[in-house]
Amino acid sequence: MNSIGQYCLFIFSMFRQREKFRVYVGLVFDECILIGVDSVYVVAIVSTFIGAVSAIQTAYNLTSPLVPLSTVGNIVRDFTILENAPTFTCLVLAGKVGSSIAGGLGTMRITEQIDAIDVMGINSASYLVLPKLLAAMIVFPMLVIISGFLSIAGGYFATVYTGILTHYDFVTGLRDTFVVYNVFFALIKAVVFAFLIASISSYQGFFTKGGALEVGKSSTNAVTNSCIAILAADYIIAKLLL
Amino acid sequence: MIEVNNVNKTFRDKKILTDVSMSFVKGKTNLIIGASGTGKSVLLKCIVGLVKPETGTIKYDGRDFLTADSEVQKDIRREMGMLFQGGALFDFKTVHENVMFPLHMLSEMGKSEKMDRVAFCLQRVGLDKVGNLFPSQISGGMQKRVGIARAIVMNPQYLFCDEPNSGLDPQTAIKIDDLIQEITHEYNTTTVIVTHDMNSVVSIGEYIAFIYQGMKVWEGDKDNILQTESKPLQDFIFANKLIRDRKAMM
Repeated sequence: MNSIGQYCLFIFSMFRQREKFRVYVGLVFDECILIGVDSVYVVAIVSTFIGAVSAIQTAYNLTSPLVPLSTVGNIVRDFTILENAPTFTCLVLAGKVGSSIAGGLGTMRITEQIDAIDVMGINSASYLVLPKLLAAMIVFPMLVIISGFLSIAGGYFATVYTGILTHYDFVTGLRDTFVVYNVFFALIKAVVFAFLIASISSYQGFFTKGGALEVGKSSTNAVTNSCIAILAADYIIAKLLL
Repeated sequence: MIEVNNVNKTFRDKKILTDVSMSFVKGKTNLIIGASGTGKSVLLKCIVGLVKPETGTIKYDGRDFLTADSEVQKDIRREMGMLFQGGALFDFKTVHENVMFPLHMLSEMGKSEKMDRVAFCLQRVGLDKVGNLFPSQISGGMQKRVGIARAIVMNPQYLFCDEPNSGLDPQTAIKIDDLIQEITHEYNTTTVIVTHDMNSVVSIGEYIAFIYQGMKVWEGDKDNILQTESKPLQDFIFANKLIRDRKAMM
């Protein structure tokens, strides 16, 4: 409970005594590159392969002659939009981005760089963490959209180019009973997960005490706690919004 | 002037500082000395506001730092410059950007004015040629000097140095000491240095407070420290047999 209280105070502290707006603009752009652009590669690989595997396994399980083959495209689409693109992508990003944030801030803490900012009268939480939080909430939805496209593309190539489905079957399945709200749902999840990953990882790194070993522990805790928070939030959001 | 009165600090039931009181004079190099683990770094962190003491007052030219509202605290902090033990330079910024950082964040100066100020400060610490390097590309002594440049770039009223000589060879340590003393006299700052280096004590200690087991047990200056009657201070100063022998010959 202490940690949750400290986490909440930490979040509030970011918004007290903020620096000038212009200071954040450049920082947010820098973080967008670090968090977003540098993660495109891993997101692309993971999404494409999961999309491909999900399509092949769905086709493998649909053996009944009463179920049309276009159902594969339909299932791949819904699985991608509802779960694969937002949740799996964010779980991957929790590992990549979360550990990087916690490790970076943890190192800054143990080498007194954060103390140096505090002594200058600058709100270190606001200066260091707020840009990461904003950048994550901007770029995660973009990564989720990229992930969605690539996941469906992966499913398409894995089934159509291996002869499991025809182009017509897959595309018919994709277009059948498409619900636009699901895309908004995925983007809402992306924003919430971005907030959780960036804030939990920053919290873990920001309050690191000790030396290099503790920085490693903070990174591990950041990834573990972010993943748990994502899964819990995934359930809550699904329950509330679907 | 900085006045520290009856400061007490406890960490997890362990008393670190007990009723510590001392005054640091403007325009002088004030040293807090003591063995490792006696609480001198905690005292410095209390003075700069990184650690909050349970009781006591810390006044900056009459302004009570601990009870002041956040705006006054912010104003006081902006009159401080601090050199950290490991330099605490931002490793993702170049030397030039590190020194520029306080100006960028806190100053209303124009761009060219800021550039001139950074160039001046780097020149003042003798590092005008390494501005484009990253902290990992320069030596420990250079990092300390960059730390000093960053600390003085805002023309601070109060300069704090935590173990400025740690990890440095004797010659570089003397250069750093001399630089800090020159800056103190040149800008008339109230300088507080935490150290356990006896070379610093006897060369730049214009006011010295000795901390032992969390308490101030002696205060004076470099001219009378060697004649101290305080047993813990004698043990600290004359820990080295060579110095003991020299004292015996005096």
